[in-house]
Amino acid sequence: MDQIIGNLDLLFEFPIVNLKIIIDGVMIGALFALAAYGLALVWGVMNVKNLAQGDFVIAGGYTAWWLVQQGIHPFLGILAAFIVMWGIGWVTYRLVISRVIQRDLFTSLLATFGLAIMMAQILNLLFGSDTQSIQLDYATFHFADGLIDVPAAKLMGVVMAMALAGGVILFMKRSRMGQAIRATAQDPRAARVMGIDTEKIYSFTFSLNAAICGAAGAIIVMAWVIQPFYGITYSIRAFVIVTAAGLGNLPGVIAAGLGIGALEQYGSHILGIGYQQAVAVLLLLLLLLARMLQQRRQRQVLK
Amino acid sequence: MSAIIQVDRVSKSFGGVRANIDISLTVEEGGITGLIGPNGSGKTTLFNSIVGYHPIDGGSIKFRDLEISKMLVPEIARLGLLRTFQQTRIYGKMDCVQNMLISLPHRKAKFLEMFRRYSSEEHERAEALLDFVGLYEKRYLQSGDLSFGQQKLLEFAMALMNQPSVLLLDEPTAGINPTLINGLIDRLKRANSDFGITLLVIEHNMRVIMNMADHVYCLAHGELLASGSPDEVQNDQSVIDAYLGAH
Amino acid sequence: MNLSKPALYIVLLVVIVAAPFLLPAYKTQLATLWLMIIVAMTWDMTGGQMGYNSLGNIFFYGTGMYVAAVITIGMVYDVGDYTNAAGGGIYAFTETQYFTGLVLGCIGAGLFCALSAILIGWPTFGLRGPYFAIGTLGMAIAAGELVSNWEWVGAGQGISMPNYPGDFETFKLLIYFIFAGVGVVLFIFLKWLYTTRFRSAINAIREDEDKAEAMGLRTLTYKLLTWSMAAFFVGIAGGISAFQLIHFEPLETAYQTINLGIFMVVCVLLGGKGTLWGPIIGAVLFHVVKEVTWNYFLGWQWVALGAIIIVTVVYFQDGLMGWLKHKRPEWFGIRVEKKDQIVTEPAE
Repeated sequence: MDQIIGNLDLLFEFPIVNLKIIIDGVMIGALFALAAYGLALVWGVMNVKNLAQGDFVIAGGYTAWWLVQQGIHPFLGILAAFIVMWGIGWVTYRLVISRVIQRDLFTSLLATFGLAIMMAQILNLLFGSDTQSIQLDYATFHFADGLIDVPAAKLMGVVMAMALAGGVILFMKRSRMGQAIRATAQDPRAARVMGIDTEKIYSFTFSLNAAICGAAGAIIVMAWVIQPFYGITYSIRAFVIVTAAGLGNLPGVIAAGLGIGALEQYGSHILGIGYQQAVAVLLLLLLLLARMLQQRRQRQVLK
Repeated sequence: MSAIIQVDRVSKSFGGVRANIDISLTVEEGGITGLIGPNGSGKTTLFNSIVGYHPIDGGSIKFRDLEISKMLVPEIARLGLLRTFQQTRIYGKMDCVQNMLISLPHRKAKFLEMFRRYSSEEHERAEALLDFVGLYEKRYLQSGDLSFGQQKLLEFAMALMNQPSVLLLDEPTAGINPTLINGLIDRLKRANSDFGITLLVIEHNMRVIMNMADHVYCLAHGELLASGSPDEVQNDQSVIDAYLGAH
Repeated sequence: MNLSKPALYIVLLVVIVAAPFLLPAYKTQLATLWLMIIVAMTWDMTGGQMGYNSLGNIFFYGTGMYVAAVITIGMVYDVGDYTNAAGGGIYAFTETQYFTGLVLGCIGAGLFCALSAILIGWPTFGLRGPYFAIGTLGMAIAAGELVSNWEWVGAGQGISMPNYPGDFETFKLLIYFIFAGVGVVLFIFLKWLYTTRFRSAINAIREDEDKAEAMGLRTLTYKLLTWSMAAFFVGIAGGISAFQLIHFEPLETAYQTINLGIFMVVCVLLGGKGTLWGPIIGAVLFHVVKEVTWNYFLGWQWVALGAIIIVTVVYFQDGLMGWLKHKRPEWFGIRVEKKDQIVTEPAE
């Protein structure tokens, strides 16, 4: 308890620490937002709530990490993670997701939970349970007498995340495929009647989601650390963000992603690093509660 | 007769669509009140406002002088204000008798009653009501296997089992075989006269409503267009225009 | 089904009592089997009968463990001092203290969990479907994290329970019979509960909650009570486990989200949701298969578990009982209209 009060004091005594926390949080938050965007996409288009979302992120991270160990450039690793996870997403869709789309929600939730367990364990068997990251020899920028340090790698990560998000958004807006995906999200039956092959759309969307997650993971491993069992927290963060922002609300997803990142940093600064996962989960519970009370005022329930 | 439901200047809009504009109407206790109007005139919206499916933007809804416009669906239902659905809703995996038993009223239920078994009187009442709507033969069939019309009758019987004071029926004859409609009208009337249940009925079929109701309200474009006895409303020029689309 | 015959129950009871004596080397596994049966049956109360799929029932198991431990230790020593000294061997417990702790600890665990189910259920039961599942999963994960940071109960080190004052084989036998006793009581309780109108109500919630609400059912009361009853038994099971394991720690043993937490769901799905016997059959099937094959997977067990979950969910979701129900509906008292029967329309 004393420690918590001490940590709080620090925030007021040195306001610059707040800035440091927020910068840290916003940088990782950009990557949370990326995974959350993928979740919202799959949720909106095929009504599948993917609990393996975080494991796609981690798997992408390991793909890039392994390739860099083999000597390829980290930036190529991101591309490679995108492609490899696209393939894994496609296989997952064929084997599992395509069979649960039309079923009730718990089916897809539980099936993807099984998938999450499987992926985490396979990664554990392949790469061991140590935390891993790619060491990049880039400079670290210092501000405010060295109180704030921003590694260039993290900055680059954020820029790449933004570029990826921008690319995906442009794709969704401009391309034929993007239009077809949005049409299917609105009304799959009408889309089918209009000659859109929804099966193809679903498999494409799910693969795209896995690829986005994979690229996010590859960025994360460059500037932060990954571990086989970190996946579930990323999934829960993605759910927090989507629950906060709602489906099909991209600015909301980004804002919520950055916000969650910052709040989590605050939580772990005040309570101690051991609480970082718990903070993410508690945020979800608080958020669900808030949304529920809000719905109740509308005489509705959260479904 | 006294008013059991008083709707006073109720408005409701969805985004830019104004589904109900300043609607006032009164449902008399013990009577059959009809609510008619062309598609999209706001009948079901008004229904949903009364039984608590969404908040209203303005106005008041009173049930026996109790303001209910802020209450939740189950609370309103426990007051004795029950509705049936346009698309029937029954418990499809249970048989008809189970569907009936679960519909017993929960108004006065005490805590320990949750753990009682159903008594033989309750079974008898369930079967009697199933007989009343003509489903006695099918009482042990899974209700999901019944035809749409039969499911509608079952839902009606379930509502009667609940012993409501007011029953709101959303298009009771829609989707029912025309040859059965007369029988249904007869049963609705008997529910009103024999069981003393006040009815508020949304109906598309003019013949049905004119046969049943003692007072009719007509909505068009979200506004109250006319009200009065069936004859008056039927001969009201604005009602005729609304139905023919002259508006 | 003719499973309700008294003779069958007598045979079952004899098997239950004789099992640890016939298979003395497997007492612990048999006790764990009862644990699986208990958590599967209680999971089915909400998941199967009421349609609320919780992924966080393990919360009650872990909480039950800690409550039982705190009660047992707290009656004799200061809990903080005890955990600081890493427990067990340093502090002694008399026979009376041990058994009082065992009884009060397990009952206290049950009551505490039942109460916390009501407190947690009040906000979470406003959530439906996927939100409920994710909300409860989040709750279990958060609880594990919080407890593993809580020094007073030993943080990540966990707690060591007092040792049984006697011979180890007798201890295992005792644990088996406590588990079996709780399991049998739970079975009788559910068998009774499922004949009352309570079952119709929670089934109605599963079938169509909006309709149930529109008919005036006090859905929240039913949901809270059901979860609370389930939590009571899971809490007790957790308490017994705390004594059985002697030492436990928060993340891998108490709040073991992906072990027992998901096993219970798989057991129910395998056996058949929403039936009295389904969870039991599923638990036996799963536990036996798991115990027999687990060691042959050479580290790939958890991958196999994930695969089992996926395959069960995707291809065999109705489970054994569901399959039987489909094949032989008359065994379950479901009447199907004969095709050649004349459809009688309602009489005019």
